[in-house]
Amino acid sequence: MSEHIVPVRIYVTIFLVLLVGTALTVAAAFVDFPGRLNTIVAMTIAVTKATFVVLYFMHVRYSSRLVWVIVASALFWMAILFALTFSDYLTRGWLSVGY
Amino acid sequence: MDATTQEVHGHRALQHHFENMEQQREAGTLGMWVFLVTELMFFGGMFLAYTLYRAKFPAAFASASNHLDITLGALNTAVLIFSSFTMAMAVYFTQVGKQRPQVICLVLTLLLGLTFLGVKAKEYHDKYEDSLIPGRLIPGRPFGPEVAHEGDHDPHKLHLLGNATVRQVEMFYWIYFAMTGMHALHMIIGAGLLTFLLIFSLKGRFDPEYHSPVEVIGLYWHFVDIIWIFLFPLLYLLGRHMEHV
Amino acid sequence: MKPIESFELPEPPKVNYINAQYGLKSWLLTKDHKRIALLYLGSITFFFFIGGLYALMIRLELLTPPGDFMQSATYNKVFTQHGIIMIFFFLIPSIPATLGNFLIPMMIGAKDLAFPRINLLSWYIYLLGGVITIYALLAGGVDTGWTFYTPFSTTFSNSYVVATGLGIFINGFSSILTGLNFIVTVHTMRAPGMTWFRMPLFVWSLYATSLVMILGTPVIAITILLLAFERIAHVGIFDPALGGDPILFQHLFWFYSHPAVYIMILPSMGVISELIANFSRKNIFGYSFVAFSSLAIAVFGFLVWGHHLFVTSQSVYAGMIFSFLSFAVAIPSAIKVFNWTATLYRSSISYDTPMLFALGFIGLFTVGGMTGLFLASLAVDVHLSDTYFVVAHFHYIMVGGALMGYLGGLHYWWPKISGRMYPEGWGRFSALVIFVGFNLTFLPQFVAGYLGMPRRYHAYPPEFQVFNVLSTAGASILGFGMLIPAIYFVWSMRYGRHAEANPWHLPGLEWRTASPPPTENFEVTPIVTWEAYEFAPAEETEVVGKFRPELERI
Repeated sequence: MSEHIVPVRIYVTIFLVLLVGTALTVAAAFVDFPGRLNTIVAMTIAVTKATFVVLYFMHVRYSSRLVWVIVASALFWMAILFALTFSDYLTRGWLSVGY
Repeated sequence: MDATTQEVHGHRALQHHFENMEQQREAGTLGMWVFLVTELMFFGGMFLAYTLYRAKFPAAFASASNHLDITLGALNTAVLIFSSFTMAMAVYFTQVGKQRPQVICLVLTLLLGLTFLGVKAKEYHDKYEDSLIPGRLIPGRPFGPEVAHEGDHDPHKLHLLGNATVRQVEMFYWIYFAMTGMHALHMIIGAGLLTFLLIFSLKGRFDPEYHSPVEVIGLYWHFVDIIWIFLFPLLYLLGRHMEHV
Repeated sequence: MKPIESFELPEPPKVNYINAQYGLKSWLLTKDHKRIALLYLGSITFFFFIGGLYALMIRLELLTPPGDFMQSATYNKVFTQHGIIMIFFFLIPSIPATLGNFLIPMMIGAKDLAFPRINLLSWYIYLLGGVITIYALLAGGVDTGWTFYTPFSTTFSNSYVVATGLGIFINGFSSILTGLNFIVTVHTMRAPGMTWFRMPLFVWSLYATSLVMILGTPVIAITILLLAFERIAHVGIFDPALGGDPILFQHLFWFYSHPAVYIMILPSMGVISELIANFSRKNIFGYSFVAFSSLAIAVFGFLVWGHHLFVTSQSVYAGMIFSFLSFAVAIPSAIKVFNWTATLYRSSISYDTPMLFALGFIGLFTVGGMTGLFLASLAVDVHLSDTYFVVAHFHYIMVGGALMGYLGGLHYWWPKISGRMYPEGWGRFSALVIFVGFNLTFLPQFVAGYLGMPRRYHAYPPEFQVFNVLSTAGASILGFGMLIPAIYFVWSMRYGRHAEANPWHLPGLEWRTASPPPTENFEVTPIVTWEAYEFAPAEETEVVGKFRPELERI
């Protein structure tokens, strides 16, 4: 079997990191950061947590290149959905000529 | 099973159209990953709607979000993360062939998942009590929360921030129920899958050579956890810094 | 490697996948991809005829300018249901679920797909979705257009929107499972020596199709669910009363439905690649270009959906981006057409029925594709949107393109599937009738649309009548032409000439096993040492493209 067995200490570490991340995001939510920073902080923490789950709990760090490509493609397609839809909503107010 | 029997017939779990267990395992894992891609795109539409309307009605979304119970939400997040850990440990114990800890971890994962669903049920009930279920989904109890006036600290009443309106708050709750409801549905399916895993584990079906179902259902479970990792800050935390403004 | 003509199959086996087991249960509970393909073949043919009946009703109504055959409310239901049945229950599953299911394992040297039980499940899901949709049609139908635009579908329509939506939603899972199965199969189950660049182009295009199915279908699934809940709860994210945007529905709907048209055409293009190469007995020109263009179409196809929203409140800047991308998506399709043409050049063409369909495809798809460019231009689209020009455009692609490929493929692989030959004379005759009927039906619609006739209207100004009469006449011929193969295929199953393993004398892997094949496809797992479409022995071919091992692992 070519399967990689992840050592227990890694699982425990990641688990603790995730709990810390949760506590951090709750605490940060009550701090009034300037502008959009609240959202950026929250999303950064969420993305970090998700990355750890994907890489270690879901074994992607130890998986084949094909699995990496699949994960990357999924994220890319979500990005397409968001980016092109927002290309509409963000630019609607640009045309100031009456029509 | 001795080596010669395995050579001739293959592992007892080898399906006839595969050449060997390695190919079968690879196919199973790949299949689940492809399925998770579809799941991500499925939730993606709702995340898109959330993003759009949050940008459009920031005050209403903050008001509505603050009305959610942050303690229950944070608790649920911790519960789900813990269940992801126990699920990963279940896979580990199967890989090293320790059946008893494997079963214990599966049981823990299942119990934690059910805990999550229980807490969710309580939250939904609270929303029902406060008439926050959108539209006319509940006959006889349309969306119609009581709005708190200046100085009123009744937790059941909705505190509106800025120029938020009740109609816009209803939009938040529509998205809240759609996203958490869909997530809860996936948890229920996951719980069902875990039950199957548990039954097969108790029968000793899995060994270091063959444990693909444990791994693959683990992937699914972690994915559902990841969705919640995003739902929690987006739904529960977005307006907390404005709570006392 | 021996030349094809001297390839011998040992004494054809008495037992093949059809007679291996008897009884309804052995068919309904089968795990054999070939039997599942036949189950699908029967079901999609059934839905095709229902969709065709709706088409007949449309053309009868449009024979005369006033709305005299049916009321406008009924007509709305008829064109809606024609679209829903044809798109979701015929075109999308057609080639993948029948020819794809049957041939992919054989073309890569595998015994079956990666997940045979999921394959069977996908057929049952397809049936469930179909039954629910038929129930909705019989109970009273749906009148929103197959596009289900809000707020009509969420608030004002009095028809069976939720039931139909449920049928389509369920059917979507069938699509997803099929795509998932194909992707995993192609990655993990190729026979030894079958590298990516030795695979037939049919497999490449079905792989690309599967990518689209996987990435797009879930989005329409959630969109339909949200639509249904909005209708049930009387409020939702598309509701203007809440500050919602009906255009959001269109964004989400078309994010899938545009790539869906590539689900419909890519497999057909794969068939055409097979037909052109094999019936001109020449290696396909530019194999890697054709292979990569399939992937390019799959990717680019996801970037253009906004061209369906040009005349909505979508931002004009977004419109410009989508317009540019819509022009770009034409390029990989054009690459294919050029490569097919280059394959035909100085080749040895045999005008058998499959080749007739393939040649028809090239012409008709080109017309359909070029008229798409008209629609991709923002300014021109303002005039052509929601006219018969659009209707003619997509029918040229879907009927002139997708359906021709499907029919060509059915004829080509019929001997392999059934062990019998269809009657060649009748085959050529039907191809001709279909071609003539098709053009007579849809060419006048380009003109009518250009001159301003709106679509989805049951009554129209008298100046458009001549085009509609021509169109209806053509539709009758087309309908007649489609009945002929239906009859002779069934006839051939009992009375057709028995086909040998390789009746066309071709090098493909699927021709190296009996017709019909045994259940496990190959007596011995093949070890592949030759390139795709290798008509001449290796020593005598000039190798233009080289086998590249570094691309093999993915």
